[in-house]
Parts: sequence; C-alpha cells; structure tokens
Amino acid sequence: MAAGEELTLSGHIQHHLTNAKMCTVDGSVAFNKACSEAGFWTWHVDTLAWSIGLGLLFLWVFRSAATKATTGVPGKFQCFIEMVVELVATNVKDTYHGKSKLIAPLALTIFVWVFLMNLMDLIPVDFLPAFAGFVGEQALGMDSHDVYMKIVPTTDINLTAALAIGVFILMIGYSIRIKGVLGFIKELTLHPFSSKNVPLQIILIPANLLLETIALVAKPFSLALRLFGNLYAGEMIFILIGAVGLAQLPLHFVWAVFHILVIVLQAFVFMMLTIVYLSMASSDNH
Amino acid sequence: MNLNATLLGELIAFAVFVLFCMKFVWPPLINAIEARQKKIADGLAASDRAEKDLALAQDKAKDQLKDAKAQAADIIEQAKKREAKMLDEAVHKANAERENILAIGRAELEAERNRLREELRKQVAALAVAGAEKILQRSIDEAAHSDILEKLVQEL
Repeated sequence: MAAGEELTLSGHIQHHLTNAKMCTVDGSVAFNKACSEAGFWTWHVDTLAWSIGLGLLFLWVFRSAATKATTGVPGKFQCFIEMVVELVATNVKDTYHGKSKLIAPLALTIFVWVFLMNLMDLIPVDFLPAFAGFVGEQALGMDSHDVYMKIVPTTDINLTAALAIGVFILMIGYSIRIKGVLGFIKELTLHPFSSKNVPLQIILIPANLLLETIALVAKPFSLALRLFGNLYAGEMIFILIGAVGLAQLPLHFVWAVFHILVIVLQAFVFMMLTIVYLSMASSDNH
Repeated sequence: MNLNATLLGELIAFAVFVLFCMKFVWPPLINAIEARQKKIADGLAASDRAEKDLALAQDKAKDQLKDAKAQAADIIEQAKKREAKMLDEAVHKANAERENILAIGRAELEAERNRLREELRKQVAALAVAGAEKILQRSIDEAAHSDILEKLVQEL
C-alpha cells in the first residue's frame, strides 16, 4: 500500500482511523497533514461527503416512495418504506404523547440516516480506503499512504456530537415552548429538592440547579458518546481482524454477523432516546 | 476528541435533512398509510353491514315466501271450493232442465196420443158405420142411429 514507507501494524491502524482533513492555511486550501495546526476550522471531508451522501440517498429513496405513494394496494417497495415509517410512527405514538409535526420525521431521519451510516461498517475495511488511495495515486499523483478515507461517518465524534447537539437544541426548544421560559427555569431550580418553606427552597436552588443541569447535559453527551463508542469499537475490531491475514475470513464473518445487530440497535437506540428525551422535555409534570 | 468545523457542517446537514423529511417525505407517506387504514376500516365496516343486510334480506325473503305459499294454498282452496260449487250448480241445473224437458216431452206425447186416439176412434166409427151400412145394405139414418154409433165409438 505504501510506496517506500515501512508499513507497521500501528501505522496501518492509524491510517484507517484518520479522517481526510481539509482546511485553509495562509489563505489557500490545504489537506491532511498540513492541517495539523489548523485547530477548529478543519473539515473532515470524508465524514461530510459520506454522511451527506447517505443522507441524500435516504431522502431520495423515501421521497421517491412518497411521491409514488398510493392509498390503494401498495407495491413491494412502498410496503418496505411504509414498514419503516410504521415502525417509527408506532414508537413515536407510544412514547411521545403531545402533538408535534417534527418528532416523527425527526425520528425517521435519525433512524434511517444513522442506520445507513452504520451500515458502511460492513464494507470490508480496506476496500474503499485502498480504492481512494489508488485513485489519489493515479489521478492526483499523491502518495497513496497520504490519502485518508474513513467511510463510516458515525465513527467520527463530530457527526455523533452534531446529531446530539441538534437533539439537545430541540429539547431546550420544546421545554421552553411547552413550559415557557419561567417553567423551564423552575424545572431546573425547584427539583428534585423542594420545600414549602420559601427561604429553605431558595437555599436549595444551587443544589437543584447543579443536579438538573448535569442531568440535562448528560443526555446529549450520552447520545453522542454511545453511538460513537459503539461504532468506533466495532470499526476498530474490523481493522484489527483485517490485519491478521487469511484467518480474518471466518473472524470477519462472525464479527460482521454480530455487528449487524449493533448497527440496527444503535440506530434504533438513538432514535428511541431522542423521542424519549423530547417527550420528557414536553411533559409538564416533573 | 478532536471536535472541529465538521460538527457545524453536520449540524447544518442534519437540520436540512430533518426539515426536508418533515416537509416532503413524512406527510405523504403517513397520509397514504392512514388513508389506507381508513379505507380498510371502512371496507370492513361495509362488509359487516352487507352481511347484516344479507341476513335481513334472507329473513324477509323467507317470510315473503311463506306468505306467498299460504296465499297460494288459500287461492287453490277457494278455487277448489268454487269448482265444486259450480259443478254442483251445473248438475242441479242440468237435472232441472232434464226434468223440464222430460215433462214437456211427456205432455206432448200424451197430447199426441190423445189426438191420435181421437182420430182413430173417429175413423173406426166411420169404418163401423160403413161396415154397418154394408151389412144392412142400406143407409142408416145417421141422426136416428147416432146413439148406437156413439155407443160403439165409446166401446172402441
């Protein structure tokens, strides 16, 4: 793979775990290693490209089903799409009791998008990076070892954090919309320790605020880190299995079969927790 | 953790995807599903109703059939009665007619017989008179012997 460069196992793994970066250095666009000093304004182009590509794939597939949707006898494709929609709709209906036009499509987007991104994990780990390296070498004259390609967007903390922050913003938005600013502040300050005695209650406010804030902030953290951790670990094991030569074939198969479970489960868990958190944010009684 | 600008890009992408899904993907799909559910529910209700209607109609048809049978039996009964009555009347009438015709015939026969007998008697009387005239070789005074002639006629 690497021309002239010694290929070590840790180097191989490191190569697999590095995103393709893009940034501007001194007013011009720079890539990968040149971006090590760019700090926050670095873009992971592989994560962005794969995730947006998969998101568009999801929207295109579902949109084409939606435009052809018939209330009569549905075709097989429409049946499949409706099964997914029905699954999401049932879970939303069971968990979220308010009225919202946003929750269900949000849950559907999260479920299918995260599922598709997780699914990239099942493509053998070396295929697309090696292909990208080949293309980079042939077309752009780069050293193939300098071409990075991480194809599972959910193994990038930036993506899972972006999803979690999006959900977090909605949680706060729903809290304020349903309970009002004052109600939201009350919820953060008057629980879980409450007292009828006003001065005592005032003394309890800092403790309440601390606990409730931690409880609130822990939700997006847990969302982001759960998805990232599961997929990162899965990816890591695929990479390690990929490094053991021919013995990888049965091992890869076993781990892939097991990983199918993780892929669906993590997408489902992210969706369910999003619904649950938004449901909690919208419910008035604490 | 190396959080960077990718996060912002993904956040925007996420928001756009969710909005697109909310506007153009979710409503038509869920509407189609719900419309079909309603259709199916309506269809089931309609089939239930039709089943009930069918049972009702069958009951009604059965009742009507029973009524019609009863009516038919009635009519047949009446017809039979009338037929018997008419037959009876006709027989009576025919009998009466027969009696009538027989009576008339008998009367005519009687009259004819009487007439014939009268005529016969007259001819026999004439014959007797002629015979007597021949026997006596002379004419008999009809007026003088009319009592004998009368007696003779009576005896014939």
